[in-house]
Amino acid sequence: MTAVAKFRGPGWWRAALSLPLGLLFSLALVAAARAAYGYDPVIDGEAVTTVALIAMPMAFLVGIGCFDYWFRWASGAPTVPDDHSGHGARSWRDYFRVNTDHKVIGIQYIVTTFVFFILGGLMAMLIRAELAAPGTQFVDPNTYNGLFSVHASLMIFLFIIPVFAGIANYVIPLMIGAPDMAFPRLNALSFWMLPVAGVMMMASFFAPGGSFATGWTAYAPLSTDMPIGQTFFTLGVQFAGASSIATALNFLVTIITMRAPGLTFFRMPLLVWANFTTSLLVVIATPFIAGSQFFVLLDRALGTHFFQTGMGGDVILYQHVFWFYSHPAVYIMMLPGFGIVSEVISANARKPVFGYRMMAFSLVAIVILGFTVWAHHMFVSGMFAWLRIPMMITTMLIAVPTGIKIFSWLATLWRGVIHLTTPMLFALGFITMFTLGGISGIILAIIPVVIHVSDTYFVVAHIHYVLFGGSVFTIFAGIYHWFPKMTGRMYDESLGKIHFWLSFVFFNLTFGPMHLVGIDGMPRRVADYAEEFAGLNAFISVSSFLFGLSFLVFLYNMITSWRAGPRADANPWRAHTLEWQVSSPPPLFNFDEIPTVVGGPYEYGVPGAVHGVFSGGDTKDRAPSKTRPAPAVAGD
Amino acid sequence: MRNTPLRRMAALAVLASIVGVAISYLIDWFPTQASTAAGDVDLLYDVLLYVSVPIFVGVMTVVVYSVIRFRARPGDTGDGAPIHGSARLEVVWVIVPFLIVSALSAYGWVVLDNNEDPQADEMVIKVQGQQFAWHFEYPGPDGKPVKTDDLVLAKDRPVKFDITAADVIHSFFVPAFRLKADAVPGITTTFRVTPNKEGTYPIVCAELCGIGHSTMRQFVKIVPEGEAAAWLERERREATASASVSGAAPPLTGAAR
Repeated sequence: MTAVAKFRGPGWWRAALSLPLGLLFSLALVAAARAAYGYDPVIDGEAVTTVALIAMPMAFLVGIGCFDYWFRWASGAPTVPDDHSGHGARSWRDYFRVNTDHKVIGIQYIVTTFVFFILGGLMAMLIRAELAAPGTQFVDPNTYNGLFSVHASLMIFLFIIPVFAGIANYVIPLMIGAPDMAFPRLNALSFWMLPVAGVMMMASFFAPGGSFATGWTAYAPLSTDMPIGQTFFTLGVQFAGASSIATALNFLVTIITMRAPGLTFFRMPLLVWANFTTSLLVVIATPFIAGSQFFVLLDRALGTHFFQTGMGGDVILYQHVFWFYSHPAVYIMMLPGFGIVSEVISANARKPVFGYRMMAFSLVAIVILGFTVWAHHMFVSGMFAWLRIPMMITTMLIAVPTGIKIFSWLATLWRGVIHLTTPMLFALGFITMFTLGGISGIILAIIPVVIHVSDTYFVVAHIHYVLFGGSVFTIFAGIYHWFPKMTGRMYDESLGKIHFWLSFVFFNLTFGPMHLVGIDGMPRRVADYAEEFAGLNAFISVSSFLFGLSFLVFLYNMITSWRAGPRADANPWRAHTLEWQVSSPPPLFNFDEIPTVVGGPYEYGVPGAVHGVFSGGDTKDRAPSKTRPAPAVAGD
Repeated sequence: MRNTPLRRMAALAVLASIVGVAISYLIDWFPTQASTAAGDVDLLYDVLLYVSVPIFVGVMTVVVYSVIRFRARPGDTGDGAPIHGSARLEVVWVIVPFLIVSALSAYGWVVLDNNEDPQADEMVIKVQGQQFAWHFEYPGPDGKPVKTDDLVLAKDRPVKFDITAADVIHSFFVPAFRLKADAVPGITTTFRVTPNKEGTYPIVCAELCGIGHSTMRQFVKIVPEGEAAAWLERERREATASASVSGAAPPLTGAAR
């Protein structure tokens, strides 16, 4: 390849060239605009940075090749609809370019998000090091505020939300018997916006005045007053948000239109239901956080007055718009985990999911109720007082569909044949930790109590029980469960179990005591605290370091097993869903022949029951079955 | 015969719940109670715990018991019982949690109303949050406000705080009172309290407000009525004295910007 061709074709060379071009464009635009208005000097660092934070990521996406096909098509150049040159991975290099294969994109998502998980985790270690004793240990207060802000933003926007999208990207098309996602090129674009968002957030540490330091909540007017680092968050979130909206649309269309013949909505595995409902939440709610951050950007960059009191602005407005997204976001971060746990528990307890329909309906109920509770984050915010009572009641009511899920999982275990594999351990660990997180959630809904504990470490404890003991445990369960399918190799079961027990124990030792310091009155987001909290904080810090180390076991297991683990069968868990009926890893277009679905996804213990059949007659270890009606729901 | 494991498990759950409730009763959760509201809030929290502990313990018992009782023996490749659901059970676990959360919400509502009731003879104190300190303004005996950076309250005298912010959002939090309200630029928020125990208790800022957020800590002193009045009189005289020296008292707003 000649040097010119290297820079002309899509890829890293062209991306590397387009970044400085983006910067030049920003300089030129700002200089031209300021000159036209007669401002002096014509180059303003803050203005250039703001424009560059939009122009450079866009230039990168163009350079790496996300838009090539669409540009060609729009300009009338010949395109080949069946061109699959960008599809699939033949070598590791294919994971580092724009790829339209949902399996490659799934792995790209998962690996990228775990990189940000590690970065966010290292920041958590620094946070705990600083908090190990009162006073200043390692970092000054500004850096400290930056650390917990970037930690939370990475964990939420670059890990939990997208890693679920990654797992679903890999698994959902296989589960519904589709050759790929509905919009493969959009899928690739969605992925490539993610590292862009993550790099922007990390890069804020190099901004003059330090990184954004207003928490992941970025409350105005603090966020409109902060140095330029804040803009890295304001705009970074836009890329992460656009990525998640595009992916959610893709999932919705894929699930609605590309299910295999016979796969009716009430034969879909619960992970598909979970992703369907999550995607509804994403497309409805995510535009609100985009809006809230655009308001902040406009206040910062263009001098609007959305949040400037005395100029007609309203500070509480920010919180309403922000939480109208950010509470549903909690369910965006939890529903896919519910789906994973349903798959793992039914396969490992060898039983149908108890109350399948109620499990599906409870997801829908959570979606609807999830939009009616946002102001419970604002009980002490000074919003109009009457709204607190209805928000308390709706918040409490969410316990009902959530309870349905927990009780149904328990009933699924009952009289099963339970295999305590690593994913099953994580699923069971999830149930206990999430129940605790749910209970502290109930406590956080009761207004007189929350007036005392809001913005204290009690909230920090609650959010980590829900998002780590809850979401991250289900992520580990999902990664272990589908690892054989994704890599074609088995992970090391004993290392997996060691990983589980270490994380389970040290998770509780880290976050359990935070309830106590919180109720005792220690506020959150503080670089320093009163002497009386010193003992417990030292204990929490030591536990957190051991908790952090437990992740190394996982990392070692994943890397060595991916490189040299024993070969995995097509269906090591003897599960019924479609993804297990193809080879591990699956062929380039998933199914050599599209299966027909003839029954429910979890008919364990029902003699002769199958979920999907291939008319070729080969359903692996199961006898070929004639088309038969779905087994009726057996009564009590 | 099918009922035996259920009964055994229920017995275990009851036993474990009793232990759990006992432990949560023994843990000293809260800071000192220094307001009339504090006792009610703590009791409400305790009730929430006594309801929650058996639920959590029940879930744990089913998980642990199932794992032990129904664990696959090595080499067992069989499936479990093909139970798809039970309408009766599902109705139960919709209705029971519904009743529990409704009852708890009602209880919470009553406590809230009770704590926020206006009291007779309230003293109105203005609080202003500013990066990174709290300022207070008392009604003076002559109608002129008295500005100070210390908060001294008379025991058993109901107080209403009118809270504002000079720059960004802060949150006025007194753990010993179990009360907190954000200080928001542009609006006035309130909370009511009747201090009922002498002593010195921390005031902290509970809403991230910038670099000095964690140092935004002061104290509230609760003293007998007479002592509080004497203190206020001293503050008033000092303020007038310093005002006559420097010309005018510095305005509260805008100093940090």
